[in-house]
Amino acid sequence: MAKNRHQKLGLSDEAVLEMYETMLLARKIDERMWLLNRAGKIPFVISCQGQEAAQVGAAFALDRDKDYIAPYYRDMGMVLAFGMTAKDLMLSGFAKAEDPNSGGRQMPGHFGQKKNRIMTQSSPVTTQVAHAVGAALAGRMKGDNITCLTTFGEGSSNQGDFHESANFAGVHKLPVIFMCENNKYAISVPVSKQLACEKVSDRAIGYGMFGKTVDGNDPLAVFEAVNEAVERGRKGEGPSLIETVSYRLTPHSSDDDDRAYRSREEVEEAKKKDGVLTFAAYLKEVGLLDDEKEKELNKKIADIINEATDYAESAPYAEPESALKYVYEE
Amino acid sequence: MAVMSYIDAVTLALKEEMARDENVFVLGEDVGVRGGVFRATAGLIEEYGEHRVIDTPLTESAIAGVGIGAALYGMRPVVEMQFADFILPAVNQIISEAAKIRYRSNNDWSVPMTIRAPYGGGVHGALYHSQSIEAIFSNVPGLKVVMPSTPYDVKGLLKASIRDNDPVLFLEHKRAYRLIKGEVPEDDYTLPIGKADTKRDGDDVTVITYGLAVHFALQAAEKLEREGISTHILDLRTVYPLDQKAIIEAASKTGKVLLVTEDNKEGSIIGEVSAIIAENCLFDLDAPIRRLAGPDIPAMPYSPPMEKFFMINPEKIEHAIRELAEF
Repeated sequence: MAKNRHQKLGLSDEAVLEMYETMLLARKIDERMWLLNRAGKIPFVISCQGQEAAQVGAAFALDRDKDYIAPYYRDMGMVLAFGMTAKDLMLSGFAKAEDPNSGGRQMPGHFGQKKNRIMTQSSPVTTQVAHAVGAALAGRMKGDNITCLTTFGEGSSNQGDFHESANFAGVHKLPVIFMCENNKYAISVPVSKQLACEKVSDRAIGYGMFGKTVDGNDPLAVFEAVNEAVERGRKGEGPSLIETVSYRLTPHSSDDDDRAYRSREEVEEAKKKDGVLTFAAYLKEVGLLDDEKEKELNKKIADIINEATDYAESAPYAEPESALKYVYEE
Repeated sequence: MAVMSYIDAVTLALKEEMARDENVFVLGEDVGVRGGVFRATAGLIEEYGEHRVIDTPLTESAIAGVGIGAALYGMRPVVEMQFADFILPAVNQIISEAAKIRYRSNNDWSVPMTIRAPYGGGVHGALYHSQSIEAIFSNVPGLKVVMPSTPYDVKGLLKASIRDNDPVLFLEHKRAYRLIKGEVPEDDYTLPIGKADTKRDGDDVTVITYGLAVHFALQAAEKLEREGISTHILDLRTVYPLDQKAIIEAASKTGKVLLVTEDNKEGSIIGEVSAIIAENCLFDLDAPIRRLAGPDIPAMPYSPPMEKFFMINPEKIEHAIRELAEF
């Protein structure tokens, strides 16, 4: 039997199984959305595939009843861990009135849900990073002792808002976790043309904050790094920059064709390290998962997704004239 | 009733709102220990401490973005852009984020944030300390753009902006800061955002304007009165969204309309005002709508004669009113 790594991190057997289930649910919803897109039923998909381990590992290190997240468009695993449901996500995919993210106003992947403290996001990248800093500042002013975690890609780490926000949080020693989900590509542009430094986390020192790069395919490594970052924030030691390195397994979006800029061999090689597969293997090695249980889990998830898809597909759109609502407070 | 300057009305409104609601706080460059480069936040840090009067790094986009995050959390931030000319790095946060958050979240989230920015020329500020930037933000549904002209309006509208549950861009004319004085009641009052105000009643020519030009128009009207020309002056006060009803009424009243802005002419606020009048008042007009504005050059030059050439003044307005009256 392999070495049990999760116990020493304070994670119960139930917790790691829940982590795996959340990762698998995200993966399977994402796969279903691609099918629905190719079948002409939903106009757009942008994927989490390849980043579920980092997203779920990080979410589990937070207080999911109290902390805030300012995610980016790939964070399906993270928002599921924070209370969004398969049905919510399918409603968003189909742009239906009941979509809690936006009532069908925004493209899928533009997450936001106040009751679960998932801060609303737009399409111009990296703007959410400043919002996370503001929420952390407000939380401290109100004496709430919360952590705010924000995510973004390695491409976004070049934006001015990343620099301005990281510096602001560093100066004010705010409990913010800047988590860069480095998936090696900003649409078609590889990391070698995005960064002059070796690692995104190398930038941390410029903001007077702690920085660390971890394996984004390993949810336990990400959990550990984010957990330490939460502790630093709660002790008043300020923000952290955590870089999780994995690989974007799909094209950028349903409108992209990645064959134009990367080899199939490279993608196949990356799939061998896919966190969903390697974490399942770990759970099997430590005796928490077997083929029978995995089959049951897949069946359970398929049922959830089928039900969510059917519900969302038959749910009504918002009335056309409702486009006029909520420009200002009503 | 106390007579105070335009800038003192800003400070008073901030003080009163911070005392009224502990969720109100101020952040920006030099707003704390220095009390603002114009001294608009003078005394606030002494009264409310550095946790509610926050000196930020030089970082306009983060000032707006951090304000948005705090507003999403439930605070009422009042962020200061040191000069309106320097707001451009924050435009993405203001237009893509603050203005769209209520709409894009289907009313789940909102941004009760006020962005204060000193704008306008006539202070030897050259190209980058003189601009009028309101037109950039005035086709952005979700945002409100308030531009008061008097100390009374400043206090009432700034308090209303801070209490508003949507983002408000509050533009203060920096030449007006110490030039314009007026009576300001000591009691707690607010004025409605989105409502224009008649600053002078008249029958021959209507002037529709806002900000410092309101005072120039009042001076011109005073002089023309002696020649028997009666001028009606409407102060827009909020330039987005516009008070269409008040514009239509004011234009119809005299049938001769002069629109005045300190901004460059093409694409300015008054172009939209002109369209509202053209759509609604065709049969009430007795003369073509006339616009008086800054020239279409990139910005106001530093050299005093060139600055004077750019600026609106009472003489230019007087001349335009007289021409209209004689049409």
